[in-house]
Amino acid sequence: MTPPITVALAGNPNAGKTTLFNALTGARQHVGNYPGVTVEKKEGFYVAPGGEQINIVDLPGTYSLTAYSVEEVVARDYLVQERPDVVVNIVDASNLERNLYLTTQFLELGVPMVVALNMMDVASDRGIAIHAERLAELLGVPVVPIVARSSKGTAELMAAVLALANQAPEWNPLHISYGEDLDRVLLSMERHIAAQAFLTHRYPARWLAVKYLENDSQIRERGAQENAAASAALDHWVQEASDHLQRTLETYPEAIIADHRYGYIKSILRQEVLSRKYDADRLYTSDRIDKVLTNRFLGPLIMLVVLLGLYKFTFSYSALPVAWLGGLFGLLREGIGALLPEGYLKSMLIAGVIDGVGGVLGFVPLIMFMFFGIAILEDSGYLARVAFMMDRVFRMFGLHGSSVMAYIVSGGIAGGCAVPGVMATRTLRSERERLATLLTVSFMNCGAKLPVLVLLTGAFFANNQAQVMFLLTLLAWAVALLVAKLYRVTILRGESTPFVMELPPYRLPTLRGLLIHTWERTWQYIKKAGTVILAISILLWAMMTFPGLPEVAHERIDAQRQELVASYPDEVVQEATEEGADITELSAPAADLLNRLDVLDRQEAERALEYSVAGRIGKALEGVSRFAGFDWRTNIALVGGFTAKEVVVSTLGTAYSLGKVNPEESVSLAQTLMGDPNWNPVMAFALIVFVMFYAPCSVTVVCIAREAGSWKWGLFAMGFNTIFAFGLATLVYQLGMALGLGG
Amino acid sequence: MPRMMLRQMKRGQSGVIAAVKVGGELGRRIRDMGLVPGTQITVQGRAPLYDPVALRVLDSTLTLRNNEADHIEVDVS
Ligand SMILES: Nc1nc2c(ncn2[C@@H]2O[C@H](COP(=O)(O)OP(=O)(O)O)[C@@H](O)[C@H]2O)c(=O)[nH]1
Repeated sequence: MTPPITVALAGNPNAGKTTLFNALTGARQHVGNYPGVTVEKKEGFYVAPGGEQINIVDLPGTYSLTAYSVEEVVARDYLVQERPDVVVNIVDASNLERNLYLTTQFLELGVPMVVALNMMDVASDRGIAIHAERLAELLGVPVVPIVARSSKGTAELMAAVLALANQAPEWNPLHISYGEDLDRVLLSMERHIAAQAFLTHRYPARWLAVKYLENDSQIRERGAQENAAASAALDHWVQEASDHLQRTLETYPEAIIADHRYGYIKSILRQEVLSRKYDADRLYTSDRIDKVLTNRFLGPLIMLVVLLGLYKFTFSYSALPVAWLGGLFGLLREGIGALLPEGYLKSMLIAGVIDGVGGVLGFVPLIMFMFFGIAILEDSGYLARVAFMMDRVFRMFGLHGSSVMAYIVSGGIAGGCAVPGVMATRTLRSERERLATLLTVSFMNCGAKLPVLVLLTGAFFANNQAQVMFLLTLLAWAVALLVAKLYRVTILRGESTPFVMELPPYRLPTLRGLLIHTWERTWQYIKKAGTVILAISILLWAMMTFPGLPEVAHERIDAQRQELVASYPDEVVQEATEEGADITELSAPAADLLNRLDVLDRQEAERALEYSVAGRIGKALEGVSRFAGFDWRTNIALVGGFTAKEVVVSTLGTAYSLGKVNPEESVSLAQTLMGDPNWNPVMAFALIVFVMFYAPCSVTVVCIAREAGSWKWGLFAMGFNTIFAFGLATLVYQLGMALGLGG
Repeated sequence: MPRMMLRQMKRGQSGVIAAVKVGGELGRRIRDMGLVPGTQITVQGRAPLYDPVALRVLDSTLTLRNNEADHIEVDVS
C-alpha cells in the first residue's frame, strides 16, 4: 500500500478554510498545537470515492508567507519541513485580487498546489464572473470553483488533488520579475546561495534570496545560525540594494517586491479572468449594514445592547442545565455518602473530587452557551466591528481593539468566566498585548465571585447594594485596564500591533459551524477540569482536613454530646434519633435537642478546620492579614477560594461554624458576619477588594500558563495579583478605619 | 489629482494610493493587505472616536489607525 497522501489547507483568514475543512473531514478531526507555539493545529482525513484516505492538515490563516506573526512562520515551516503532497489554497472568489497575493507566494515557493476558488455564490451575487479555466492556465495550477458552505464542488476539488498527488510533481518555483535593480541583485544572491549550498535542502535559492531582501527576521536568524559567513554576504547585498533604492526612489526592497507581486496578479486578472457586472464602487449589503452598526452614535448603543443580550442569553438559558448538572453531582454525592463508610476516602471523594471537579464541570453549560454566543458574534463578522469601535479606547491602555472580547467574556458586565476569557485572547496577534490582556482579564467580576460579592454587599451595604455592585464593576474595569497599562510600560513594553485588519463581510453563521466551534472550545475547558483541577482540589481538601483533631478533642466533644443527650428524657431522644425524622414535625424538645447536637457538630468542624494545615496557615497569616482587617477564618476561606472563588462563601460558613453553607442561601452567614465584632463595613469592603483582585482561581491559572506558554506566567499572576490585592485591601482598610467609617 | 495623506481624507472620498512610505513590520502588513501604489481606495467610515478608519480596498473592507494611515499618500479623485 502506498503511504497516505497529505494535503495542507491554506488561505487568507475568512476565506472559508474552516468551513472547507469541516466539510471535507466531517467529525473525523483532531485538534492539537503546533510544537512550541499556541497556534492550533487541526488534522483530519477525507476518504475519496476510490477508498484512498487523504490526511488533511489545516494551516493557520495568513495573508502572506513573510514573517509577521507566528501564523506565517508556522504555515511556511510546515510546508518546507513536512512537504505535504499537495497544498489546497483556498481563495475567496469575491475578493480575488487580495487573495491571490498569498497564492503568488505559494507559486514562488513552488509547492504542488490546487486552488479552491471558494465563495462562488458570493462572487456571483456581487456580479463578479470568474473564468476558472483561464485562471488555471495563467497560474499553471488546477483551479476548482467551490462553495464550501454547501459542499458544492468539493468532490471535484479532491479529485483534482488526487490527480495531482498521483503525478508526485517536483517543487517548481515560479520566478517573478521584481524590476531590473532587484533582479540583478537576486541573481548574484542566488548564485551565492547555490554555490554555498546555503539552506538549499530546505528552501529554493531564489525564494531564500527574496526573503532576505524582504528583511524577514526569522529566515535571517536561521541563516545566520546555519552559516554566518554566507548569511552576512547576503545581508551585504541587501544593504547595498536598500541604500540604492532609498537614494533613488525613496523606497524599500520589500515595497518593490510587493508592488511587483500585485503587478503580476493584475496582469493575470486583466487577461479575461475576471469581469464585473456592476461598478466596483457599488455598496454591498454588508457596507449598508455597517452604516448603521458602526455609526458614530448608534454603533456604541447597539454594541451595548448586543453585549447585554449575550449575557442575558448565556445566563438565562444556561440556568436550567446548570441546575441539572448540580442535581447530578448532588446525586453522586448522596450515592457515595450512602455507599461508603465514614472516613477519609469518603470525605476526599465528596469534598475533594466531587465538589472540586464538580464545581468546575458545573460551569460547563454556562461556558458552552457563552462560547456559542461568541461564536455567533465571531462567525457573523460582528466581533471585528466591536474591535474596530473599541480600539481607540483600548489603545490608551496599551491594548488592542481585539482585547475587548476577552474582558467582556471574563465578566466585564459582571458574571462571565476568566477561563474562556483567557482563551479568547488567542485572536490577538502581538505577544505582548496578548499577555497584558490575559494577565488582567481575571480582575473582572466573574460568575464565581458574584456569590461572595452579593453576600458581603447584602450584609454590609444593604441599603444601596445595586449601586455598590455597579461601582464594583467599574472598579474591576479600571483596575484591569490600569494594570494592563502598567504591564505595557514595564515588563511588557513594546510596539503595539498594527490595526491593519479586515472587516469581513457580514454573513449568516451556519449552525454546524457554530456547534463545532462551541464544542472545540468547551472540550478544552473540560479537559483542563479533569486533570490539573482534580489534583489541586484534592490537595486543598487535604490541607483543610489534615492533620485531624487529636483523639482527646474528639472524646471531649463526644462527652459533651452524651451529656447533652442524657439531659433529655428517653422518649425525646428516641423521637429525635429516629430514622428519617423531619425537624419540622418533631415536638419542641426533640427539635431543640437536634439543634443543639447540630451546633456541637459544627463546633467540631470548626475546630477541625482550625487544627488543619489550612487553619494553621490562616492563623500564621493573621499577623500580616490583620493590616487589611482579615482574621484567620477569613484567611482560610481565601486559601480555599483558590480552587474557585465561590468556595470563599462555603469555607467562611464552615469557619464560622455554620456547617455546610449553600452559596445560594447564605442569609444566615450574612447575619453571623454582621453580628461579629471583627466585621464592619470597612473590613467587608477591604475583603471585597481582595477577593476581586487576588490570585486567579486555579483553573484560570492553569489556562494562563497554557496560553502564555509557560508556568512562569501562571505563577506570576498568582503572586503579583495577591500582593497587589493585599496592598489595595490594606489601603482601603487603613484609610477607612482612620476616617472612622468602621462604625 | 491633488495628493493628500490618507488621514486627511473625508468619509466617502476616493483615490488611488500614490505611495506607502513605511518599512518594517507595519509596512509589510499594509502591503500584504493590498495597500500598494496604484490601488483604488474609498474611505468608508470612521470609528465613533474618529479612529481607526475603515477603507474599501479592492473587494474588501480594511481598517487602520490614523497613525498608520499617516504613511500612506493618496491621489484623490
Ligand atoms: N456564502 C458563502 N459563505 C461561506 C462559504 N464558505 C464559507 N463561508 C462563510 O464564511 C465565513 C468564514 O468562513 P470560515 O470557514 O470561518 O473562514 P476561515 O477564517 O477561512 O476559517 C463563515 O461565516 C462561513 O459560513 C461559501 O462558499 N459561501
